[in-house]
This record gives sequence, structure tokens and C-alpha cells, in this order.
Amino acid sequence: MDKHIKIMVVDDFATMRKVIRNLLKQVGYENIVEAEDGVIALKTLKSQKIDLVVSDWNMPNMTGLELLKAVRADEDLKATPFLMVTAEALQDNVIAAVKAGVSNYIVKPFTAEVLNDKITKILEKI
Amino acid sequence: MNVQFINPFLEGTIDVLKTMAMLEPTVGKPYLKKGNQAKGDVSGIIGMTGSARGSLALSFSEKSILMIVSNMLGETYAEINDEVRDAVGEITNMISGVARKKLESQGYNILAAIPTVVSGKDHAILHVLGGPSIIIPFDLENGAFFVDVCLDDTRKDK
Repeated sequence: MDKHIKIMVVDDFATMRKVIRNLLKQVGYENIVEAEDGVIALKTLKSQKIDLVVSDWNMPNMTGLELLKAVRADEDLKATPFLMVTAEALQDNVIAAVKAGVSNYIVKPFTAEVLNDKITKILEKI
Repeated sequence: MNVQFINPFLEGTIDVLKTMAMLEPTVGKPYLKKGNQAKGDVSGIIGMTGSARGSLALSFSEKSILMIVSNMLGETYAEINDEVRDAVGEITNMISGVARKKLESQGYNILAAIPTVVSGKDHAILHVLGGPSIIIPFDLENGAFFVDVCLDDTRKDK
């Protein structure tokens, strides 16, 4: 598995970005950029090549679901793998994310092993 | 408040702290809270709506939250700063998420808002419904924290 891919972590909580960054580093991913909401994430996606988006669901300005829909609607970005991180494991939300084209989702709280497993499954499908 | 609301928040708290901070708090006996004063030095509060309506607050003593955040982020925190307050919001969000998922299996569909955080000695916790709330006390080896739930079953009105 290529551990040099560039991963963007999107979360409005700085501590959660740090937690996810630490977990990614634990499983060998070092090339990480951060965005504090969906609007900034979308700008970053348009300005540099991102190999995988790891995004929170519940954020101000633009939610993770809105970001996912914007990515899938953009001709240049639509193939970008997208892992949704959420405290919202409710059935309706999962269905909405799948309909919008999410690559996989992970429910908080989670361990480095679970995160690694989800990313591996996404990358294997590419 | 319906007592069946207590266990999902109790279990959610243990689950989140164990997974994210490698900590296993001991649980005390739940009791009815009187007044608005927070039990801890920093508190996160999140509103909920849907088939149950109200709010969840988590109130941490300084020592307990510094231990939790230090474990979560892998570095030592010696005071309640913006980063610690930010973590309190995220922990509140996560516990609410786990508890709401557990309540979903009991037939409740509950949505949550974005959490807010208040800190300082003797700050108040203002629940959406005004009260009364149930306190679930937790102990870590160096300090206490409190889960404060005020939730009303809206399905009973139908």
C-alpha cells in the first residue's frame, strides 16, 4: 500500500484534526494537509492534488456531506476517494452519504487500526 | 426524564474515553441535579432534537480534562487553553453521537447541533429545557468529571 499519498483531513475541531493526523502517522501516512471546513477543503482540492479526503460530517459553513456532493459534481475532482468521519452513525445519514458517493465512512470514536483498515479498503478499489 | 436515556450516555462516555484517550473511568451513582452551576471547570454542551429533545453537558475538573486531552493528543497539557476547550467540544460531540446511535436502536431518531464550550470556576450550564437534569458522576485517578443529561421524550406527546 502506498503510504506516500497526500491525505487531506477536514474537521472544524483543531484537536480532532490533530488526533486524526497522529493516528495516520501511527499507521505510516506522513503526507497530510488540513482544512478547517468544507469551503477551505474545496479550495485546497482545486489548488493541489489530494489523493484522499478524510472529512468530518458536522461542520459549519459547509458540512462534510455538502463537500462530498461538491467534489462528486466537479469533473476534475469527482474521482477523489472520500472517507467520511462522523459521530452521526444514524441510518439516514449513512444512506445519504452512500447516495452522495462516499467511498467509505468511519464512526467516532475509532482506533488507528480501524482508520488504516478503512483507508486500505478504499485504496484497493482504485 | 426517562431513565432509559441514562445508559446510552453512560456507555457512550466510557466508549469514547477508552478508544480516544485509553482511559477507563469509574462510574458513580446517577442523581438529580439541583440548580444550574457546573460541577467542573470546563463544560461542553450540545443541543438535541427529534424524537427526544434537550441537551447533554459534560463538565470536567481541570485535572481530569488535562489528563484526557494529554492522552488523546499524545502531548502534555498543563492548563485549560483553547486547544483543551476545543477537545471538550469534540468529546461532547462524540459522546452525543455514540449515545444517539444507541438510542436509535430503541426507536429514537435524534439529531444534534454543534457543541459549545464554557469554562471558568462556577460557570453555569443552561440546558435547552431548563431542567431538571440527571448527573452521572465519573472518576479518573486524578479527578472527576460529570455527564449531565436533560432530555425529554417527545414521542409521549403524540
